[in-house]
Amino acid sequence: MMTGLSAPDESINNNHEPVLKLENIHKSFGGVVAVEDFSLQLKAGEIVALVGDNGAGKSTLIKIVSGVHSPTGGTILLDGEAVTFADASTARSQGIEVVYQDLALADLQPVYMNLFLGREPVYGPLRLLDRKKMMSETQALVEELDVRIPSAKAIIKDLSGGQRQGVAIARATHWATKLILLDEPTAALGVAETAKVEKIIAGLKARNIAILIISHSLDQVFRLSDRICVLRRGVQIGVKDTADTSKNEIVSMITGVN
Amino acid sequence: MNKLTSLIQWFDPKRYVVYLGFILIFAFFAITLADDGFLTTRNLSNIVLQTAPATIMAVGFVFVLSAGEIDLSFGSITAVSALSAAVIMQEHSMLAGIAAGLGAGLAIGWFNGVMVAYLRLPSFLVTLATLGLFAGIARSMTNLRSIPVVNDTFTGIFGSGSLFGIPSLILWTLGAVIVGHVIYRESRFGAHVLATGDNANAAQVAGIKVPRIRLAVLMASGFCAGLAGLLYAGRIQAAKYTLGESDLMIVIAAVIVGGTALNGGKGSVVGALVGSLMMGMLNNGLILMGLPVSDQMIVRGLIILIAVAISLRDNTR
Repeated sequence: MMTGLSAPDESINNNHEPVLKLENIHKSFGGVVAVEDFSLQLKAGEIVALVGDNGAGKSTLIKIVSGVHSPTGGTILLDGEAVTFADASTARSQGIEVVYQDLALADLQPVYMNLFLGREPVYGPLRLLDRKKMMSETQALVEELDVRIPSAKAIIKDLSGGQRQGVAIARATHWATKLILLDEPTAALGVAETAKVEKIIAGLKARNIAILIISHSLDQVFRLSDRICVLRRGVQIGVKDTADTSKNEIVSMITGVN
Repeated sequence: MNKLTSLIQWFDPKRYVVYLGFILIFAFFAITLADDGFLTTRNLSNIVLQTAPATIMAVGFVFVLSAGEIDLSFGSITAVSALSAAVIMQEHSMLAGIAAGLGAGLAIGWFNGVMVAYLRLPSFLVTLATLGLFAGIARSMTNLRSIPVVNDTFTGIFGSGSLFGIPSLILWTLGAVIVGHVIYRESRFGAHVLATGDNANAAQVAGIKVPRIRLAVLMASGFCAGLAGLLYAGRIQAAKYTLGESDLMIVIAAVIVGGTALNGGKGSVVGALVGSLMMGMLNNGLILMGLPVSDQMIVRGLIILIAVAISLRDNTR
């Protein structure tokens, strides 16, 4: 069953440049190797799931791609161009957005302020906040993504967990031009809420953005992803087309037990 | 149903507690002190004039609390600023005095801010220390002596003067509240202050320079305290180390009653103005009632306790 040990990603051959291309990414903290020799390509409109046990290196990889950590070795290519991110802001300015599991939202502020947090539009010589623009763009976006919230003016703390995650995903969608990273987006949610958020994520494919999702739920991974990439203790075990694999195969790749 | 709930939220009494309290206290004094001159134009305008420094300190304090920090030192900053301005004006021009007063406020605010924003010391402890530190410096600056302020232009601008018939202290109050309100509600800086106090982590990952916001709010508080110091010096035509000393409780109460959350992320500059006027009215009414100072302090303390308790109920997150 360990066919995944073949060189990853050769199944993907496409005339288009992949949106994100990771080549031989290596990261160690002091003497501890967190990720070694990781390679992966993501195309626009594709959802790739990153799975593995705790400590497998998933979060480290997300942090490398989002600019929080810089890799010890290897290359990150965006649209075919090698990039280095000084920090998360640099990655964001290149069109990469992250949705965190702990919901990086300001709870006492309205939805529209969260959507534009740190990037608020202004008007006039006094550079006053353009609330009208923020509200109308928020309203349009949540309707488009079918995030059901009472209004763009609703305060975050009055929303349910699913609605909040919907807002976080809407924010990422609004700003991402290339890639959205989802770090356990439904870990804190109930069953019905999870279904709702999964529907929103599935809807993002149509927007021609590449999506990399970390999830502990294999059911979710099989529902959402086009391909599954398995990590074990920092080593890339393999990448499988979701349609051609089974949960049993993925589980044995994750655990190393047949 | 949805309409109904939003209607109930709209009438949420907590949001208007400061206005209700203001009206209740006003009505109470208007009735009980009708014969003691509470309602005279002169008395009412006196209330506004007397609260001017506290209101301006409160504007700065709204920013500090909203960013999730606290400043206990502004009273000492007021004294140091007033004394700096008065001392400089003895030898130099009025402009140099104004610059010294405001500069001292900004510098102390910067000192607080660097400790809090970059050394990540808790603002409660930093400003508790600087409260004592600068109270001591204010005393040693002039060996406890008060310094007269004789520059007529200065005392006009910052004290007894008026423009188009409106007393300058009212103009300063209005100016500070309007500028503060617009920055707080309508600028990106205001939005970033609220986000920082609400969820500093979320603000940071959204690209907001959180340490810079923390430094800025403490400098704003220092600047407002410095301006308050100039107003005190202008009004009483002298600077003394006691200026601003008794404003700590009143300003904090005014801001909390005015709807600013103790833990940050939420607040109102206009609410702080109304809260400050309410405190001034309370002071004035208790004096007119002829209560001895000790009883005034007890009643004031109790009323502040009740008002703050109502404001903070279900509002502390």
